Amino acid sequence: MSAVVAEHDEHEHHDHGPMKGWLRWIITTNHKDIGTLYLVFSLAMFFVGGAMAMVIRAELFEPGMQFVEPQFFNSMTTMHALVMVFGAVMPAFVGLANWMIPLMIGAPDMALPRMNNMSFWLLVAGVLLLASTLFMEGGAPAGGWTLYPPLVLQTGKALPFAIFSVHLLGVSSIMGAINIIATIFNMRAPAMTLMKMPLFVWTWLITAFLLIAIMPVFAGAVTMLLTDRFFNTSFFDAAGGGDPVLYQHIFWFFGHPEVYVMILPTFGVASTIIPVFARKPLFGYSSMVYATASIAFLSFIVWAHHMFTVGMPIAGELYFMYATMLIAIPTGVKVFNWTATMWKGAMTFETPMLFSISFVVLFTLGGFTGLMMSIAPVDFQYHDTYFIVAHFHYTLVPASIFILMAAGYYWLPKWTGNMYNEKIGQLHFWLSVISVNILFFPQHFLGLAGMPRRIPDYAIQFADWNMISSIGGFIFGLSQLLFLYIVIDTIRGGTGEKVTDEVWEEASKHGLEWTLPSPPPYHTFTTPPVIVPSEHH
Amino acid sequence: MTEEKKPKNTLVRNLFIVAVLMFGFGYALVPLYNVLCDITGLNGKTENGAAKEIAYDIDLTREVTVEFITSLNESTPMIFNTETKFLKVHPGEYHTVNFYAENKTDKAMIARAIPSISPGIAAEFFKKIQCFCFTEQKFMPHEGKTMPVKFVIEPKLPEKYKTVTLSYTFFDNTDRSVN
Repeated sequence: MSAVVAEHDEHEHHDHGPMKGWLRWIITTNHKDIGTLYLVFSLAMFFVGGAMAMVIRAELFEPGMQFVEPQFFNSMTTMHALVMVFGAVMPAFVGLANWMIPLMIGAPDMALPRMNNMSFWLLVAGVLLLASTLFMEGGAPAGGWTLYPPLVLQTGKALPFAIFSVHLLGVSSIMGAINIIATIFNMRAPAMTLMKMPLFVWTWLITAFLLIAIMPVFAGAVTMLLTDRFFNTSFFDAAGGGDPVLYQHIFWFFGHPEVYVMILPTFGVASTIIPVFARKPLFGYSSMVYATASIAFLSFIVWAHHMFTVGMPIAGELYFMYATMLIAIPTGVKVFNWTATMWKGAMTFETPMLFSISFVVLFTLGGFTGLMMSIAPVDFQYHDTYFIVAHFHYTLVPASIFILMAAGYYWLPKWTGNMYNEKIGQLHFWLSVISVNILFFPQHFLGLAGMPRRIPDYAIQFADWNMISSIGGFIFGLSQLLFLYIVIDTIRGGTGEKVTDEVWEEASKHGLEWTLPSPPPYHTFTTPPVIVPSEHH
Repeated sequence: MTEEKKPKNTLVRNLFIVAVLMFGFGYALVPLYNVLCDITGLNGKTENGAAKEIAYDIDLTREVTVEFITSLNESTPMIFNTETKFLKVHPGEYHTVNFYAENKTDKAMIARAIPSISPGIAAEFFKKIQCFCFTEQKFMPHEGKTMPVKFVIEPKLPEKYKTVTLSYTFFDNTDRSVN
């Protein structure tokens, strides 16, 4: 990375600070304010989606029907997924991008600040529209987050609202992505060449291109659902010459890159945090960049591994199987690079590092089950079982969510100028890492034994592992309240200890944001920082 | 400042154009998929029209089992079955099988039968000379109809296919008839 010679004139001319009053948060165009809005909103949605998961685990605690109707249960699985993907994980990373990308590349703000404000409020509108379907006649969508026809076309009054919600979320994501690309291409400080950018910026640049390529395709697919239901088209209706399998192809053309939209920025944050606490530069910086780009490219040509059981010809099965296995190579490069970064480092284990290390281990585990499922003939056993549920939760919860937690602990002192309570942070980590495994590990066994996804009741032989999984789920859910407490506590003063600009030992070697005061002033890098190459790469 | 602004605006404009094009690409996948299915016989769709009755050289050296499946979409209120579950045929031989469908309701009904062949590759070699699936069928209240299907399996059918399944699904199209 590069070090900075502090030459900016923050103290000489006084910028106007934030506007007074609540209207500031509505009309703000400041990247830090919008970043905060995104992060707060996504944290709120994390708890909304989490509450839905608690309903699911409560119903599955014992066999038989306990608390909710099957229809509502299916709405919960569908809405849990949609809220977590589009309301929690994606906006959280956009929030981090808003806060950190300008600070990391030495830019005064995002390239298109007004569009930035609009992206955020469209997101809120989209998620509210989606949430409103819970109260509609016929209930919220219950056919699974993939919205497969013909099942999803049986949704009641909620269907058009859910579809327009996807449109709004798509427009919001696309505008956010365009903003990020424009910022990175046009607003880097002099001497901040592309190959000097922090990896978080790189991974977001690639993610933004993915978003622009896939969100419109998803918008198109749901528009076809809309016209099939209301305007007598037959894109997916066999009676009119359509084919429901076509929807699956279009959906997964979007859906597979979409999972990388949630994991690539995760890789970026992990590559940012691990070197700081290992006190070494990141091992294999350029290979990390190329691996990220390779994963992004491969994500477009492997989609049908989600649909091995639709009756593809054998050549198709083989192609998608081998192409999927290829992804393990660049992903393996990344895992080895993180490990090599820690190798012989002077490591310390503050909360952000603990979450990052557990990410490396548990994400790898989720990756391995992914490799198992890529084998087409055995996927016939795993398809639509709890094994799939276990797999993607391992790649999302102890990966994306843990890294978002790590990012929170890592940058909260910079954002607020206050130190979080390390003891409670570590308690939060240990409770989370233990309970997340109690929650999801038994689901592998359930899936291999044949328990299907998306059902409110199950055969009696699945009772024990489901109960254990539910107990893990409740502990995990409750533990996250500690994180909420820590965030609020840190904003209100934290431990009372005033943090330095660097916060973490020698952090300024690893990123421009640590050369700024903590908290950074409302306007930063109004004149670009001068970057001098440091001894690191 | 103006010089700096120019490249940014073209970049943003181009990115928006890419987004719009990708929306179009989603729709372009529909014909692409259909063409691909036509070429590869992926989804077992058959030609939607009568084939010409050609005299083939009957291949007496082998027999192909043709199975018939009848099903109703969702809760289409009909009775639908076939006089025989399967036939053993020689490739090149013409056969006729009768299907029976009945409207169970007190209202007139327009229904459409959609054929599908499995394995999909065999669809190309399965020719229908006469079929109730070529057009919509109108049923008076409680009317039942016997409908013949005349078909042939071309001798070109690869040897490895010993069984071909012809499946029909009746859809209630009363509210969305094209006629």
